[in-house]
Amino acid sequence: MYRYDEYDHAMLAERVAQFQDQTRRYLDGKLSEAEFLPLRLQNGLYVQRLAPMLRVAVPYGLLSSAQLRKLAHIARHYDKGYGHLTTRQNIQFNWPELMDVPDILAELAEVEMHAIQTSGNCIRNVTTDHFAGAAADEIEDARPWCEIIRQWSSFHPEFAYLPRKFKIAVCGTPADQAATQVHDIGVYLLRGDDGETRFRILAGGGLGRTPVIGQVIFEQVEEPHLLSALEAIMRVYNREGRRDNKYKARIKILVRETGADRFREKVRREWERIKDSAMKLTGAEIRRCQSFFSGPDYVQRLNGSDALEESLRNDAEFALWHRRNVRAHKQPGYAIVTVSLKQTGLAPGDINDRQLDFLADLAERYSFGEARISHKQNIILADVEQRRLHALWRELGAESLETPALGLLTDIICCPGGDFCALANAKSIPLAEEIQRDFRNSAELEEIGDLSLNISGCMNACGHHHVGNIGILGVDKKGEEFYQISLGGSSARQASLGKILGPAFAREEVPGVLHILVDVYKAQRDPGEAFLDTYRRIGHEPFKQSVYADHH
Amino acid sequence: MPIIIDQKAILRQDRWTLLREASGPEVLRAAPGRSFIVPLDFYLRYRGLLDEYPGEKGVWLDSHETPEAIAGDLANLAIIALNFPVFRDGRSFTNARELREHYRYQGEIRAIGDVLRDQLFYMARCGFDSFALRHDQDPETCLAAFRDFSTGYQASIDEPAPLFRRRHDQRQA
Ligand code: SF4
Repeated sequence: MYRYDEYDHAMLAERVAQFQDQTRRYLDGKLSEAEFLPLRLQNGLYVQRLAPMLRVAVPYGLLSSAQLRKLAHIARHYDKGYGHLTTRQNIQFNWPELMDVPDILAELAEVEMHAIQTSGNCIRNVTTDHFAGAAADEIEDARPWCEIIRQWSSFHPEFAYLPRKFKIAVCGTPADQAATQVHDIGVYLLRGDDGETRFRILAGGGLGRTPVIGQVIFEQVEEPHLLSALEAIMRVYNREGRRDNKYKARIKILVRETGADRFREKVRREWERIKDSAMKLTGAEIRRCQSFFSGPDYVQRLNGSDALEESLRNDAEFALWHRRNVRAHKQPGYAIVTVSLKQTGLAPGDINDRQLDFLADLAERYSFGEARISHKQNIILADVEQRRLHALWRELGAESLETPALGLLTDIICCPGGDFCALANAKSIPLAEEIQRDFRNSAELEEIGDLSLNISGCMNACGHHHVGNIGILGVDKKGEEFYQISLGGSSARQASLGKILGPAFAREEVPGVLHILVDVYKAQRDPGEAFLDTYRRIGHEPFKQSVYADHH
Repeated sequence: MPIIIDQKAILRQDRWTLLREASGPEVLRAAPGRSFIVPLDFYLRYRGLLDEYPGEKGVWLDSHETPEAIAGDLANLAIIALNFPVFRDGRSFTNARELREHYRYQGEIRAIGDVLRDQLFYMARCGFDSFALRHDQDPETCLAAFRDFSTGYQASIDEPAPLFRRRHDQRQA
């Protein structure tokens, strides 16, 4: 992974000192609330319903064991013993004391971490597919490009006061587990006819109140021009994005109101001016960044493992976990393991200090000392030898982390919702838990197969409900919490936005509705067909009719 | 009179008179020889008169206005002031960079309006070289702002090579 040099260290230390000074001036009454607000947000500090919340940046989701241990330490000493993985591969702490924040930041800096630009109207932490660099079918490892973008976007002097927040995802895998098309900017890596890397760049995607899939702005940008292409989009947005209405300030509204063609023209014009400036990337810089991700020292010539085959034959539970949570690796003899954080009874994405330490240890012993956070709020050990999978699985059981849930209905993406978030219309965590309790039979879940279920507590859509195969949105009906259900969303390559099923439901009705939806699917599916594919084939009506015929 | 920081020092005597609003050309006649910064619409309307005006002149752009409007006249303008109606409005950062990088403007670029200590460092990186501080800002504290960071990752006006180029040169050396 990327290692800081003296420049990175210096800037981080300077930023910590700067924020300490700003906080001091705020506490002394020399900075107004309104003036301090963007400063604290750009340092990851929210004021939430119950306490401040600190969102720590995990660049493109990648963590070392040392960093995991530091996060465990912070959870233990400054929080109530746990943290929460976000849908943008970050980790947030919900209970720190305001006066402890400078100490926390100083501790994070020791392991090259921080909370910078995880919030506020600036370019946020860049994200990618959590299998980057390991997926068997990968086009190219996106992480070096993420790192290049991280540096360009950190402390960018021109884009710290944008109309609104700005999120970038980069993806080099065909599957696209980065929700690339619903980002303000989405970058796809591809191969040009000459075999060289190219970038297809989309802009104007997003969720929230007005969900939109991004428009292609650049079909094929060559390597040296990545940053200028991004900067051109940012510049048009900074200048022309709406600042009169917070709800219309995202780039997606600008692209829509300007029209994709005219927007593209404006960006092009800007790009022509700057593409050959000093920000043009050099081959040396690209190679330098790639060198940090050249792959660990894999054991060579490992082939299929007989021991693995035998465990799969003899241990049905292990086989189930293997089928769900283990994916193909590009290095022969290795596998990608997803550790599910979706055990019933725990808020999706919550992780406690013991588990963090435990995973740090497992990462060290099984996966070259690195782990990743996925936007589905799970932890990935990306480089595990196949012959050691069974041993790893047994160890995971010791901390109840062996749930074979990946991709199943219970692998719920869920925002913090009404239990923590001041903006919520409804609670989301208790609903997730009820659903998990209701669908606790693993054979039944396995029979339903791949199905994504995403829950947001309000229109801001932090739980990505628009792109869940089934999406659930908390709404407020005359002061009561209700849940609106939508169907057909997906954040994969063939992205689509969910369509609302009909009137919202009370919380206790939701699991029953899910059973009806699943029954319609099971009755109608072709052999081997996943929920989303059946939905796309038979359409909305059969689901709608069954649900409301039984209900209202 | 706001306190002005110019070239990272407090300016003793500011020769510029900022005309926040100017309706008619009589203002030019009232004080011949004064150095005026006039609003963009005034400048465009009375360009002929301004050409003959004996004193120095500059233009100020509000955050929704762009340098394109005065692109042909930049060589005759000793100063361009860029307004921050509220510090959170980041458009003038873009105007400053465009003036410096695209139009190669060599004159003074001054930040006016809601100009606060915690935005000064980024302003300087975008090409501002003078700053009319909001009345409640402590000038000494503001001077410290230019030392908030020792460097930055991006290409900027004060450091034209981005860090990746400087890193590379250093390794070559
Ligand atoms: S979706 Fe709404 S309730 Fe959930 S975390 Fe985001 S803002 Fe809060």
